[in-house]
Amino acid sequence: MAIDIYKINPEFRDIMPKEIIDLEENATWAQNQKKPRGIKEMPDTKEILEEHSLCAGCPEAAALRYVLAALPKPEETIIVNSTGCTSLMFPHIALHTVHSLFGNQNAVATGIKRVLDWRFPDIEKDVVVLAGDGATVDIGLDYTLQSFFRQENITTICFDNEVYANTGGQESGATPKGQVFKMAPTGKKFEKVKMWELATTAGCHYTMNMTASAPKAVAKAVREAILVAREIGPTFLNIYTPCILEIGLSANEGLGEMKDQDKDRFASYKFVSPEAEEFLKKCKAEGKL
Amino acid sequence: MASIKDMTDTHNWSGQKLVTADHMLFEAPREKHFMTGSEVLKEAVKRCTVDASVSYPITPQSEAAHLIGELWAEGYVGTYFRGENEFGVMSEVAGCAMAGARTITTTSGPGTLRAMENFPQWSGTRIPCQLILMARGINSPLTIQPDNLEVSFMLETGCMIWYAENVQELFDMSIAAFIVAEKPDVHVPIITVVDGFFVSHTRESVMLPADDIALLPYEPYKSPLPPIDSETPPGRFLRDPFVMKSNYISYATHASWQWEVRSAVERSRPYAKHFLKGLVHVTGTPDAEIAFVTCGTASHQAKEAERELMKHGIKTKVIKLRTIRPFPKEELLAELEGVKHIFVPEFNVVGWLEKEVKTALHNNHTAKVIGGPRVAGGMSLPAEAILKEVFEHINVEGK
Repeated sequence: MAIDIYKINPEFRDIMPKEIIDLEENATWAQNQKKPRGIKEMPDTKEILEEHSLCAGCPEAAALRYVLAALPKPEETIIVNSTGCTSLMFPHIALHTVHSLFGNQNAVATGIKRVLDWRFPDIEKDVVVLAGDGATVDIGLDYTLQSFFRQENITTICFDNEVYANTGGQESGATPKGQVFKMAPTGKKFEKVKMWELATTAGCHYTMNMTASAPKAVAKAVREAILVAREIGPTFLNIYTPCILEIGLSANEGLGEMKDQDKDRFASYKFVSPEAEEFLKKCKAEGKL
Repeated sequence: MASIKDMTDTHNWSGQKLVTADHMLFEAPREKHFMTGSEVLKEAVKRCTVDASVSYPITPQSEAAHLIGELWAEGYVGTYFRGENEFGVMSEVAGCAMAGARTITTTSGPGTLRAMENFPQWSGTRIPCQLILMARGINSPLTIQPDNLEVSFMLETGCMIWYAENVQELFDMSIAAFIVAEKPDVHVPIITVVDGFFVSHTRESVMLPADDIALLPYEPYKSPLPPIDSETPPGRFLRDPFVMKSNYISYATHASWQWEVRSAVERSRPYAKHFLKGLVHVTGTPDAEIAFVTCGTASHQAKEAERELMKHGIKTKVIKLRTIRPFPKEELLAELEGVKHIFVPEFNVVGWLEKEVKTALHNNHTAKVIGGPRVAGGMSLPAEAILKEVFEHINVEGK
């Protein structure tokens, strides 16, 4: 019944805000689409994210819009969040989302996914984790990796801005070596944690390291990762979404920074397990990609 | 493994006939068994149509957690797995309960403290999950022995806290706990405490109903917050208070939300009173001037002391608190009418129950409260120690 929950009671239609009516009439719900959802519909359709409160030009905000536009079946998707800038946007997402604690996102997602599989054995419900690098690589590393070890059927997306941005610019495990941030006043002493490599080692079936410079590439990765997670096992996307504020860039410079990093720290890394590769071929043949 | 598709209107997925909690607890015929607290918890969970459980090893609750796993393997529990540590487990429990599952877990001592950030998150999220706390000492120094200091850390988490004295009470309480926690006007987590080893590992006679009946399932759509399952319109707010903006509305929202959690705990009183047959249980001489206020196995020891003191011609009574949150203030004050000396024997060094009792009595009662005897770190609490405390404080001759 998930798609039906977006249908407005006719009695209340005249008092509904426009964005709610737009959601029903003009959002790209998978059930109403002939082809897989994607980036190209964004200008003409209602996005699942309503206005948000992040900084002007924030690449993370753009990346979240790409992620939401690419969900294979938003009406059956639950997104689990952690504390950080993204949690400022979560109240504006028209899906079931959870913010619980800082760092426990993969544990909460595990509980939700296990129970949804139990309660709805005939409905595919996707659980997607979306958290920053502090939540994923530092405070929540144990829970992230353990969910990979357990082969949970969830997709984990890390918006890696290489810094604790929301708390004011402190060094994180994902910060590059030598970078001066708060709590690393003489520069970071150790290398950036290569979370994508850890994810592959820990058992992810589809792992990518990329930037959010190319919307279509992000959308493709999100769609593939979620389909693989549904059928095969855990998947992980590490997406560079720089904090322009903390690295001293202007609102119009985020895209350039991501493009530069496409060739550097975020040079494309992709791992697809043989089972996942086989499955994705099948998806493509069936028109799911 | 079980499938929820095997559930019918009259039977759950494991073929047990669905009954009300009243039938299960008060009407169904019972037979005598001989088992430990861990074993009786398995029997309780078996009869509760439980959707989900997450486990982690720590003494002394491990066996109870294994046995819930066996129930899953036998098809009585919907989903079950071992988490990575207690912080993870309690977050996984939160996820299970948010997604609409009747959920139970168990922990002890250091596990409780490791998981601590989750408990106010549970209550703030208004999930009705149940934690069986088999109390043990907390570090350092390392101890695995019974000691209920950890309960003091749980008092202000916004969770209900019930305290069972023995194996029988653990069975009955853990069943009633689900039902009370799931009431739509309550709907907060419940922590059912027993003293580790003394209850978890002690074999006692218990009366159990047959295992071919089980509680009616949890109904997640009666929750005050919709379950996270994409089956109800999204509220466009987080499952915790929307404090994402710094303004006075968000401050007021957070404050009123926290207050509402505590109010929900208070609203559990009539249900708890019904299922527990009162929030306090009293034994001994009704008009005694000496009272023991206790919870858990300290109650058992106090009852033995009461009998011994009677042999010395000293009339006492034991007021056993069955709920700690909500704290049964009115019931306690009513039972303390005419009492001049109150002893609070406890299994911890800080005397958290003494503080609770003193808070309830403040400006309401003039009895002298003696916080003792106290034992900790695994020491036992013999009736002789309680007698000694009484004789030391009250001007009577004793041996």
